[in-house]
Amino acid sequence: MNTHPENNIEDPARASAFKAKRFALWLFIIASFMIFASLSSGFIVYTAGGIDKGIKIILPKAFITSTVVIIASSITVHMALLATRKGESMKRKILLALSVLLGLGFFASQFHAWQVLVEQGAFFINNNASQSFIYVFTGFHLVHIFAGIIVLLFAFFRPLNKYSLSQNVYNMELSAMFWHFLDILWIYIYVFLLLNQ
Amino acid sequence: MATTTTLPAADYNHNDHHDHGHKETFITKYVFTQDHKMIAKQFLITGIIMAFIALFLSILFRLQLAWPEKDFPILEVFLGKWAEGGRIKPEFFLALVTIHGTIMVFFVLTAGLSGTFSNLLIPLQIGARDMAAPFMNMLSYWFFFVACVVMLASFFVESGPASAGWTIYPPLSALPTAISGSGTGMTLWLISIGIFIASQVMGGINYISTILNMRTKGMSLWRMPLTIWALLFTAILGLLSFPVLVSAVVLLFFDRSMGTSFYLSDIIVQGQILAHEGGSPILFEHLFWFLGHPEVYIVILPSFGIVSEVISINSRKPIFGYHAMVYSLLGISVLSFLVWGHHMFVTGMSPFLGGVFMITTLIIAVPSAVKVFNYIATIWRGNIRFTPAMVFSIGMVSFFISGGITGLFVGNAAIDIQVHDTYFIVAHFHLVMGSAAIFGMLAGVYHWYPKMFGRMMNNRLGYLHFWITFVGAYFVFIPMHFMGIDGVPRRYYAFTSFEFMEKWLSVNVFITWSAIIAGLAQVAFAWNFFHSMKHGKLATQNPWGANTLEWTTPIERIHGNWPGELPTVHRWPYDYSKPGHSEDFIPQTVPYSETMSSNLPHDFEGNPEAEKIQREWEAQQLVVDEESK
Ligand code: HEM
Ligand SMILES: [Cu+2]
Repeated sequence: MNTHPENNIEDPARASAFKAKRFALWLFIIASFMIFASLSSGFIVYTAGGIDKGIKIILPKAFITSTVVIIASSITVHMALLATRKGESMKRKILLALSVLLGLGFFASQFHAWQVLVEQGAFFINNNASQSFIYVFTGFHLVHIFAGIIVLLFAFFRPLNKYSLSQNVYNMELSAMFWHFLDILWIYIYVFLLLNQ
Repeated sequence: MATTTTLPAADYNHNDHHDHGHKETFITKYVFTQDHKMIAKQFLITGIIMAFIALFLSILFRLQLAWPEKDFPILEVFLGKWAEGGRIKPEFFLALVTIHGTIMVFFVLTAGLSGTFSNLLIPLQIGARDMAAPFMNMLSYWFFFVACVVMLASFFVESGPASAGWTIYPPLSALPTAISGSGTGMTLWLISIGIFIASQVMGGINYISTILNMRTKGMSLWRMPLTIWALLFTAILGLLSFPVLVSAVVLLFFDRSMGTSFYLSDIIVQGQILAHEGGSPILFEHLFWFLGHPEVYIVILPSFGIVSEVISINSRKPIFGYHAMVYSLLGISVLSFLVWGHHMFVTGMSPFLGGVFMITTLIIAVPSAVKVFNYIATIWRGNIRFTPAMVFSIGMVSFFISGGITGLFVGNAAIDIQVHDTYFIVAHFHLVMGSAAIFGMLAGVYHWYPKMFGRMMNNRLGYLHFWITFVGAYFVFIPMHFMGIDGVPRRYYAFTSFEFMEKWLSVNVFITWSAIIAGLAQVAFAWNFFHSMKHGKLATQNPWGANTLEWTTPIERIHGNWPGELPTVHRWPYDYSKPGHSEDFIPQTVPYSETMSSNLPHDFEGNPEAEKIQREWEAQQLVVDEESK
């Protein structure tokens, strides 16, 4: 373990800089939640525009698969965090790899859902834009998932022995926080769509 | 290099990207710098350049408005096909108006203003060595820079820049066939704003987390200068509202390039019915103004902060109603999210909803008025020093009052339905937002110039700049109210084409001349600004006799801000002309134990120990006085 004083998280100045970074991540989460909040209100305003508007279809079953997959990935990410705390770097690596795979699985499942939607005739290019909104919600979310997978890959390839344990834990906490946000965000979107189905 | 070695403490807060001990090269010092003070200057200078470009665009379209029938051969020389025969084309006129508005609102008064002063003042006034994430701070500037370049690049594409107005309402902005500017120009506009929003979000996150996490010892929230409060609320507004613009812009992008119908319906272009069906342009207006109204407060809040500070310092009086100032900022910020409908009174909104928006809109005038009254009460019977910063601040308050009053008019749906989209609106927002915010920004530049460059600006040029700009701006915008009441719509190309507008041509000539003269006055500013960097009088450490922390840093502006330890804060920032003290200001770093003769009971915030010490001291003073008699 590296004992360079610069890397000592117990140092008050370092600790406050870390605190500031965690706080910054919260702010980022709020900002990106605002995108989805505005899309939701856009959807509501649009759908209220006429009785011919609205989702009008049964949402694809694939969304349920996606939900299961992403919840599973949240669990593995959390376990990776626990492993990091205990300094079990091998276990941590495996769990992170698993999380990345689950993330990719979520991607695939969402693509599959889009295919099902197209088969049902609910196209993206659509005179009932309520249906286009489904693609916009999931698409925006997938962009976030993409970023999340990159974050997980960074965590996976992080040279742990170059940093102190507390720094590694800290870093992993931030990555996990971001991933859990994506999980909760998806559940929000899914519930929102279900309620308007 | 020298700066990093003499400053062991400075290295603590630096993030991991900083490479210690390397020589600072031109690139790391001036280009990809992570020092907040340098980034502030980058924002400021880019903002000033953009402001000059936008000013120039406005002069071009003012020429057209004043002399619609006249040829200016010189225009053809540098505008080419956009001014064939020396006359600006209608499409290009619309592009000029659009890009003028976009640059001024987003690039000058948003990024140029809050970018500059957040970066400069937040670490300096709260006692931090730098921002929470200096690397992200650097990215924020460079994203802004790229956004500027992309926006300006649209002047060089075949079909010209975006032309749908700064509010880019669809369907005009959504259909490339509708107007030439809605082609590539509009695409570039959307890309530029996308990059711009990324820059704002990165900056905003940094500002908020720095203010809330990195204040020095003793700097409790209620001891923060009002500039910091204002910049905090500005950043929060930006963080909550800019993402909404992302949604609006992305949906617009889909409508434009992919054929979706979020905003489009029932459209016939050149006899052809388009496939888009079922969309609603009103949806765009909702999304846009949900950002748009907070955005106008994002523009004005930093000016509020700057002006509070400058007026208090130059009146040598504590700011009147410090808490009221903070709560009014809070009130304005909350309310600014609830009033967007006042831009949409004529969209067929139900009268009930219109009434709701009318009430929220008129309520926002209350905190605004609180601020104005407090400024005036601060100046009242002060020891006023009319520095250039002070006169610009007073100018800002004047513009805010004049423009705010017409806000009350247009906030009433019954009146707004008459004057919506006329020159009355142009007059309203150019006074209350345009002129007021730019005056706040200029006040800030004159005031903190010594902190940024270590030298003073020339005062005489400052006054010259002030008077011509102040009078010029009123000459430009006051007449527009009357045109608006007469029903003259904004964004019309040639007044000669409409009989009822023709009588206003002479007024237009007057406005254009005023604008040209006020524009020329800005050259005095530019010269003053750039010339003083090298040749201005050398600044002293605290040239204005101010209390805030930035004036305790060395004049040389070192990386890390303070040599050695960070300062400790003992009091609020507005102890000016405190009775019993020998000087007319007491910096925040001076402890109460050194100012026994001026302490007041409420200074101790109910700390019994300190109160006891003070009482004992006062009792002793009495004895001393008795004996000396
Ligand atoms: C006293 C409080 C204010 C009230 C009641 C008020 C009311 C209004 C209303 C009702 C409109 C819409 C007019 C129309 O388009 O028909 C409007 C437009 C506008 N206001 Fe205000 N306003 C106030 C203060 C401000 C402030 C402080 C700013 C900026 C700092 C501002 C900036 C604008 C802008 C930029 C527009 C026009 C945007 C456009 O259509 O291009 N207003 N205001
Ligand atoms: Cu508004």
